[in-house]
Amino acid sequence: MQDKDKTRRKVLIGLTSAVGLSGLPFAATPFIAAWNPSAKAKAAGAAVKLDVSKMQYGQQIQVSWRKQPVFIIRHTKESLASLDNSLSKLADPNSDLISEPYKGLYPTRSKSSEYSVMSGVCTHLGCAPKYFPEIEPKPWDATWSGGFFCPCHGSMFDIVGRVFKGVPAPTNLVIPPHMFEGSILTIGEDKEL
Amino acid sequence: MKERAGKLFSWLNTRLPIINTFERHLSKHPVPSKVNFWYLFGALASVTLIIQIVSGIWLIMPYSNTEEEAFSSIEYIMRDVDYGWVIRYIHTTGASMFFAVVYLHMFRGLLYGSYQKPKELVWIFGCTIYLAMMAEGFLGYVLPYGQMSYWGAQVIISLFGAIPYIGESLELWVRGDYYISGITVSRFFALHVVALPLVLIALVFLHLVALHEVGAGNPEGVDIEEFVDDDGVPLDSVPFFPYKVLNALVGIGVFMTVFAIIMFFFPEGGGYFIEMANFQKANPLVTPDHIAPVWYYAPFFTMLRAVPDPLGGLIVMAAAVAIFFVVPWLDRSKVASIRYKGIYSKIALTLFGVSFLTLGYLGTVGVTEVRKIMSVICTVIYFAYFLLMPIYTKYETTKEVPKRL
Repeated sequence: MQDKDKTRRKVLIGLTSAVGLSGLPFAATPFIAAWNPSAKAKAAGAAVKLDVSKMQYGQQIQVSWRKQPVFIIRHTKESLASLDNSLSKLADPNSDLISEPYKGLYPTRSKSSEYSVMSGVCTHLGCAPKYFPEIEPKPWDATWSGGFFCPCHGSMFDIVGRVFKGVPAPTNLVIPPHMFEGSILTIGEDKEL
Repeated sequence: MKERAGKLFSWLNTRLPIINTFERHLSKHPVPSKVNFWYLFGALASVTLIIQIVSGIWLIMPYSNTEEEAFSSIEYIMRDVDYGWVIRYIHTTGASMFFAVVYLHMFRGLLYGSYQKPKELVWIFGCTIYLAMMAEGFLGYVLPYGQMSYWGAQVIISLFGAIPYIGESLELWVRGDYYISGITVSRFFALHVVALPLVLIALVFLHLVALHEVGAGNPEGVDIEEFVDDDGVPLDSVPFFPYKVLNALVGIGVFMTVFAIIMFFFPEGGGYFIEMANFQKANPLVTPDHIAPVWYYAPFFTMLRAVPDPLGGLIVMAAAVAIFFVVPWLDRSKVASIRYKGIYSKIALTLFGVSFLTLGYLGTVGVTEVRKIMSVICTVIYFAYFLLMPIYTKYETTKEVPKRL
């Protein structure tokens, strides 16, 4: 075979392969896309509404949004006033490390001056931290002033979900999009966002 | 009649290389004449693979892969299916035993240098098998959809979330839902029963073909290919049948006895083989008080936990597995077997073994300050064993390896 033919053959092989390979992303699309959340899963993950006016002061309730726990707390005036006391323990008191939707609005980190609304998913590896509002020494912290403790890997958060220093969780608990219409709280949707 | 059978056989053999393949890979395949019990675990791993495939097929029949029914179908297998509990316990015990024999098989590799030239590919296929097994075991653990299935999967899938930029969407894509739902369970089911077993079988095939090409090793690290008879068969070898087969049968007998004792008397293995929390149905709103992995992932789980940052933890954990792949190029020793290596190699391997077991223990218990420090120390020793290997294997004094086995 002449050199000219060899070059021609190489070009043809190259072109054929390129055309063949360009089909690969198209062929792969349905297989990859089939793993996305289906229309049914998306519908089941729509926003949830609830009336929070019946909550006691200091009470924490858990709502399920997208089958993930969302914590709602109705804070007492005293507990909100004492938020600054544990400031030295916190890793990121002003939520500078994350994109916080309602940053600087209220000390509750939510769209309400009274209620906190936060995702109950530990920012370390996704466990559900437990609420311990009592101000008393705990096995994990002798100077515990109320907050969340994650049983999985020992991460700690204060009562508005701000993470402590030196724990496995890297950031504060996430604030989901939400809005208040009177005492009706919608989680998962915010018309102003 | 006999003549007819012979004719049929020769008809087959001219169309399919039966005799050739059988002799080459089984009956006449030469294996080193002197090996010890460490060389049994490869055979035991193959036996366990077959046990897992057969019991797995039988479990698929009554199992239901939906969110509503996955957990109750396991209870159905345990209570209502005749001998269903036996089949399920064969499979769960088999999973633990598979990892046990594979860990011992891998340790044999480190002990006698089974990765050294020209066996690098055998070793790499083996490492890939181990990786596929870890994925297979994890996917299988999610299928009963118990509390530990759910929260274990939650922790593992969150690891994808630690990857910068694409993490969160990757997590959503893997789950196919906003939480680990029936959608996730059914895709894990497909991967667990079809995709990964196919991969595993293909890899085991490659592992064996590559091994038979370069020949099995021995505890002395002697290259038996150097002295061969007129037919090219190594002088220090025996044919696979009957010598190795009968040998392995004794090992398989002992193995099966241990297997049966665990399966019938300690199927939960005190919570290490099947964790207690998994006797409760998955509840996405309540995390169990104590999340621990099954024992065979425990060392890596401890490393993940030892690093305070999820991405860092993920990298350390992945590196701990990935580093096995490059061992053939980390070992610069002139000799293969620990018997002829120097004192540094012996100390290093001992420390490595101890730290691996300690990491395993730490992964199954809760975190305290002391244990945290211990897990960091053991992680460092684990990596030091590999990373310092090029140095201590090169500069230590080794003993002379005999010419013959």
